[in-house]
Amino acid sequence: MSLKSLTKAWEPMSYGFLDASAKREIRRKMLKAIAVPGCQIPYASREVPMARGWGTGGLQISCTLLNPKTTIKVIDQGADDSVNAASIRRFLAGVSGAPTTTDTLKADLIQSRHRIPEEILREDQVLVLQVPNPEPLRPVQPNMSIARQMHADADYGRMWLQLYEQIVRSGRVMQGASYPSLVNGRFVMTPSPIPRWDVPKMHMAKHLTILSAGREKRLHAVPPFTKVEPLVFDDVPYKVEDHGAHVCTRSGAKGYFMNEIPQDDGPSTFEVSDSELGVKSIHRADGEAVQIGETWYKNGEMTE
Amino acid sequence: MMDAPQIVKTQPLLMARNVSKSFGNIAALQDVSATVYPGEVLGIVGESGSGKSTFLRCLNLEEHPDQGSYTLDLPNVQGNLFDLDRYARRMLCATRIGIVYQNPHLGLLMKHSSSGNVAERLLVAGERRFNVLREKARDALDASEFPLDRMDAPPIELSGGMQQRVQLAKAIALEPALLLLDEPTTGLDVSVQALVLDTLKKLQQERKITMVIVSHDLGVIRTLSDRVMVMRRGRVVEEGLADQVFQDPQHAYTQQLVHAKL
Amino acid sequence: MTVLDVHHLTKGFTMHHLGAHMAAFDDISFLLNAGEFLLLKGQNGAGKSTLLRTLYRSYLAQSGEILFHSNHGVIDLARAADIDVTYLRRTEIGFVTQFLTARPRVSAEALVAEPLRLAGRCAEDALDEARHWLNAFGVKPALWAAYPTTFSGGEQQKVNLARTLILPPRLLFLDEPTASLDVNARAALIKRLTELKAQGTAMIGVFHHPGDVATLIDREIDLTPDSATGEDRKDVVI
Repeated sequence: MSLKSLTKAWEPMSYGFLDASAKREIRRKMLKAIAVPGCQIPYASREVPMARGWGTGGLQISCTLLNPKTTIKVIDQGADDSVNAASIRRFLAGVSGAPTTTDTLKADLIQSRHRIPEEILREDQVLVLQVPNPEPLRPVQPNMSIARQMHADADYGRMWLQLYEQIVRSGRVMQGASYPSLVNGRFVMTPSPIPRWDVPKMHMAKHLTILSAGREKRLHAVPPFTKVEPLVFDDVPYKVEDHGAHVCTRSGAKGYFMNEIPQDDGPSTFEVSDSELGVKSIHRADGEAVQIGETWYKNGEMTE
Repeated sequence: MMDAPQIVKTQPLLMARNVSKSFGNIAALQDVSATVYPGEVLGIVGESGSGKSTFLRCLNLEEHPDQGSYTLDLPNVQGNLFDLDRYARRMLCATRIGIVYQNPHLGLLMKHSSSGNVAERLLVAGERRFNVLREKARDALDASEFPLDRMDAPPIELSGGMQQRVQLAKAIALEPALLLLDEPTTGLDVSVQALVLDTLKKLQQERKITMVIVSHDLGVIRTLSDRVMVMRRGRVVEEGLADQVFQDPQHAYTQQLVHAKL
Repeated sequence: MTVLDVHHLTKGFTMHHLGAHMAAFDDISFLLNAGEFLLLKGQNGAGKSTLLRTLYRSYLAQSGEILFHSNHGVIDLARAADIDVTYLRRTEIGFVTQFLTARPRVSAEALVAEPLRLAGRCAEDALDEARHWLNAFGVKPALWAAYPTTFSGGEQQKVNLARTLILPPRLLFLDEPTASLDVNARAALIKRLTELKAQGTAMIGVFHHPGDVATLIDREIDLTPDSATGEDRKDVVI
């Protein structure tokens, strides 16, 4: 009798790094979050081999959702090739054997920091956003127990007051990223620090968005076809960043959210923030057959 | 005891019955009842610790009494208000009851703009038009005789008298059915005090707001009230028309108060 | 027609800090009809002003009844609810004292017009009539829009009279209203009182110089105590 005859040969029995009970807990919390759109649901937030604040919230969701056949895309500020995005992508592929892609159209699961891709996401795609601070009330109510009561009572007067103050002091709403938005007419959420440009993309979107904060141990969700309305006064319209007229110096793409690149000699140049869209545009300009999906914005205007 | 009203058939706006509240062994309120008719000003006097401020906080639904009932005769407001849940309580206070505290820190966000402090009330009530908010905040500040060129200054930069005017503007912005005033002029310079009282009197005359005002200062109560309630150690010791209580006080404690003042 | 029916009215003051009780007047009964003028007589301290204030409910009666035949029925002022007393003071019972309670930043004409405004008259009408009465009592037009807080005692008293007498009350108490008045104003007051009396206002007055109103007096009540025990009586002014 040898040891070999008593044991099975090694084979993978699980994937996705997290243990089964951790994944089960996150699945339950995600279901809860989907059932109550925009409501922050606490979860245990396990240790993952990455420091808090680097996307551990998003990573746990991705680890729970993926299987060996899920095609994964990871972006950071719109770019697939940043160090953080590349590391997370490699990690997710390594713990699951899942294929990876940079093409938004081919991805099943997109984990992102601070951007939503420009190409319209489909019903069968899931977007996971990394959230540093999930509590929109934190600037107006430092006590989190009271903040939770305020959510329960839909007591958002102070949020509105903040907007009022910004208009009075600066003549306009100064909130750039993380623009507070009302989900399904009930909960105000912070849509993670995506630019104002991206917030309208969530409104009545076909895809599911899960927003997760690993350090704060909370997650919330925007289910498909759910209203997401940025808080705005009736007579002061919501404005997205004024990027419609900028042209990407590398790809020639126009009418999308841009990264501003200041030049030594004065004026800035611009580069399309969604790097894969830039890559596709360059290929297309070179005469290659590439498929660029429908985009939310056309010529710098949000389509209905 | 006086008879029940025979001539005036109007329902009282406010009725509080047998309100009692203890903090540990200390009975802060014992069987306190009050009735206020629409447009009337009820003054509550008493020294510190008499329970007058606790009673006012009960009327503002900030404090939950151990016993007693509280009703307001308003459309869509029913039953004992002490039984309301937190949400209903908050909405009622935000839309129907205005309050001015002695300490402006309790009633104001000191670092927000003054107009924003007033606008907050309107925002809670659901106003979502910036220009309307601005206009209504300006009107309320104007009615409180606040200098409009400073309407966007934060209260922390304002004098005590001005801070009280911001509180007052906030309290009246939604035209509340009931205005509660907790020592609104205490701590102000005498001359400023007179100006704030003057504004209150003017508002009362012009808008016929029903008020309950609490003060240890008999002068303030005498200037503003139609009727007076004297409290001591959590109990009401005397109650009557303002001129009667001040000119012909019945209870030993009231006599002492009145004589000490003059 | 009876306006006021007073039964066995007694008033005294309990001074708790002295542990003493001071009687003011005892067992007073009288009947007052519409259009009647009753003069209260008596030496200083006999309780004349105290009686007026008790009838007006500024003082609480110790015992007895003050049956007022109001437009809404008979009511005992000694026991009536505060809110009823407030209402009657606004609509049916007037009290002219020696002092005006001026309010800061309310003009003389607005102050005089106020009772009319409360009675539901339109602002312009009320102001017109207020100006008429200010004029009648000899307040110079230059002062009409000014704040009476700064007026002299005599001028304040004229404003006070115009305000109290602008609406004919059913019952009117007069507590030495002529004290600080000049000759013309006094004449105007007597003219107005005569007018009100003719319209049916019942009046009870205390006058230092009853000669001023001699023509109006129908009856007198002497409050001077006739027994030695009555000498304790004091009109306590607080």
